[in-house]
Amino acid sequence: VSTRLSKHAGILYIAPALLFVAAFVLWPLCQLAYLSMTNASLLGGAEWVGFENYAKAMKDKTFWTALWFTTRYTIVITPILIGLGFFLALLTLRNTPLRQITRTIIFLPVVIGLGSSSLLWYWLFDQQVGLFNKILVDLHIIQAPLVWFTKVDMALIAVTISITWKVIGFGMILFVAAFQSINSEIMEAATIDGANYGQRVWSIILPLSVRTILLATLISAIGSMLAFDQFYIMTGGGPRGQTFTSVYWIYQNSFISFKLGYGAALSIILTAIILFFSALQVALSNRGANA
Amino acid sequence: MTTLVDTAPATTAVAATAGDHSVGRIAGESRQLRYLIGAICVFVIALMIGPILLSFMASIKSPAEASASPPTYFPQEISLLNYLKVFNYQAGLLTYVGNSLAIAAIAIVLCLVLAVPAGYGLARFHFRGKEVLFVILLAPLMIPYQALLTPLYLNFAKIGLANSHLGLAIVHAVLQLPFSIYLMRNSFESIPREIEEAAVMDGSSSFQSLRNIFMPLVVPGIVTVALFTFINSWNEFLAALIFMNKETAFTVPIMLVSVRAGRLGAVDWGALQAGVMISIIPCVIIYILLQKYYVSGFLNGAVK
Repeated sequence: VSTRLSKHAGILYIAPALLFVAAFVLWPLCQLAYLSMTNASLLGGAEWVGFENYAKAMKDKTFWTALWFTTRYTIVITPILIGLGFFLALLTLRNTPLRQITRTIIFLPVVIGLGSSSLLWYWLFDQQVGLFNKILVDLHIIQAPLVWFTKVDMALIAVTISITWKVIGFGMILFVAAFQSINSEIMEAATIDGANYGQRVWSIILPLSVRTILLATLISAIGSMLAFDQFYIMTGGGPRGQTFTSVYWIYQNSFISFKLGYGAALSIILTAIILFFSALQVALSNRGANA
Repeated sequence: MTTLVDTAPATTAVAATAGDHSVGRIAGESRQLRYLIGAICVFVIALMIGPILLSFMASIKSPAEASASPPTYFPQEISLLNYLKVFNYQAGLLTYVGNSLAIAAIAIVLCLVLAVPAGYGLARFHFRGKEVLFVILLAPLMIPYQALLTPLYLNFAKIGLANSHLGLAIVHAVLQLPFSIYLMRNSFESIPREIEEAAVMDGSSSFQSLRNIFMPLVVPGIVTVALFTFINSWNEFLAALIFMNKETAFTVPIMLVSVRAGRLGAVDWGALQAGVMISIIPCVIIYILLQKYYVSGFLNGAVK
């Protein structure tokens, strides 16, 4: 094969994928930017309004409440996912049959749908028929079944519990992979030098997992900042719209109130926030790859 | 570029076989510690499997018992009435499962048709601007698809792709494509040069080498792409909620939400849990059968 021919061939092979990305990602992104400058409605009609939507977003109290609630959710759940994922990875690291089964089962909820798991937990948390309440009552942790979704903080705790169950296996697997790449000679040397288990975790495993911790933090942050399914299903945005997340508020504006132009402006703002996190993530991944 | 491949040389089988040179053995656990770890493992297993078991048991209760307050842990009598209700729900369960399967199948075809050649082109050819094009192909990773749904919806409505399998499958392919391309590129790159050189000596064209020599060698990559596309398409919620607003076009997750809404505000809890079971069973079976592919794929695509 002549080099000249293969040069063209290389581009030909990636051309379909490039066209697809152009048509269904890049072009819609441009359309989104344009839409955000109009008062387009799902019912039809659109006029150019310049930056009016953005000005409106600055003063939209529900949007800021939603953004702050999403941030709060992210701040609450991320350390739990990292800490628990780290712990479970340590717990199941060694390959005994029991620990392998434990790892397999911890990872199981990762593969089921977020919609399905949210409906499952919505039922478990129900005040009338929910078994989560019943277990807590039977263990004498609470006196009577709780109503989980009428107070913001309770709703946040309930959703956090359900999502921790759903995604903790992901963090665990990241850490298992990181721990297994640690050179066993370092551990052996430390053991011979008399370092106990705690010391080895603290002075060897933890420092050598910093990059994985950062990466897992960013993955969790991006995922949580884009949360929708779990809140749509479990809280419906309530009480009084206090558990709307950013994506949920965008959905609400665009497809329930038909304000596509305004929804587009909010989408652009959210995209900018996410871009910041993903750029960090890519930079971090690259640095690791080059190191 | 990107991901954890570098931190995890044992990616192919982290969950299954890590070899016993792992940190654990060297940690020199005492007997008491081993028992303690064993006990914690059993406790964790109970916590993780508990919700699914409870849901399963609720799904086989009689409808009245499933909605009883206070609830029971174990079914007093076993009944399949909840499943029957889901089976006959509105347009019928088969319609919704059919929609979900058709959409997943189209999304898998789209991803493979686009990602296999793209991975080949990126891994096996040198041309100017390749790095830039690669970044463009991965761009969807950085732009949340949630933001793109409005313009995509408007475009699709215009050309008759709203409420269509193809329309939603395209959105799911958008979601899955960066991961698929990345994975296929790695698969093609891991094939030794000598194999390709032998093909060139035989006078094969690049397309012939792709079809006859490379394709059989990247089957694991293809399986992983298909697997992830299936699971993510089957489970995807927001795009399905927006694009499939006609009752007969619902996918399984949207049907579930609709089952919950029920009639007259009363939730049919038994039918809801039967629906949850139906929606998670395919994922669980696939995960158990193809765990090795699934976990290594997850680690490879951790950037997603």
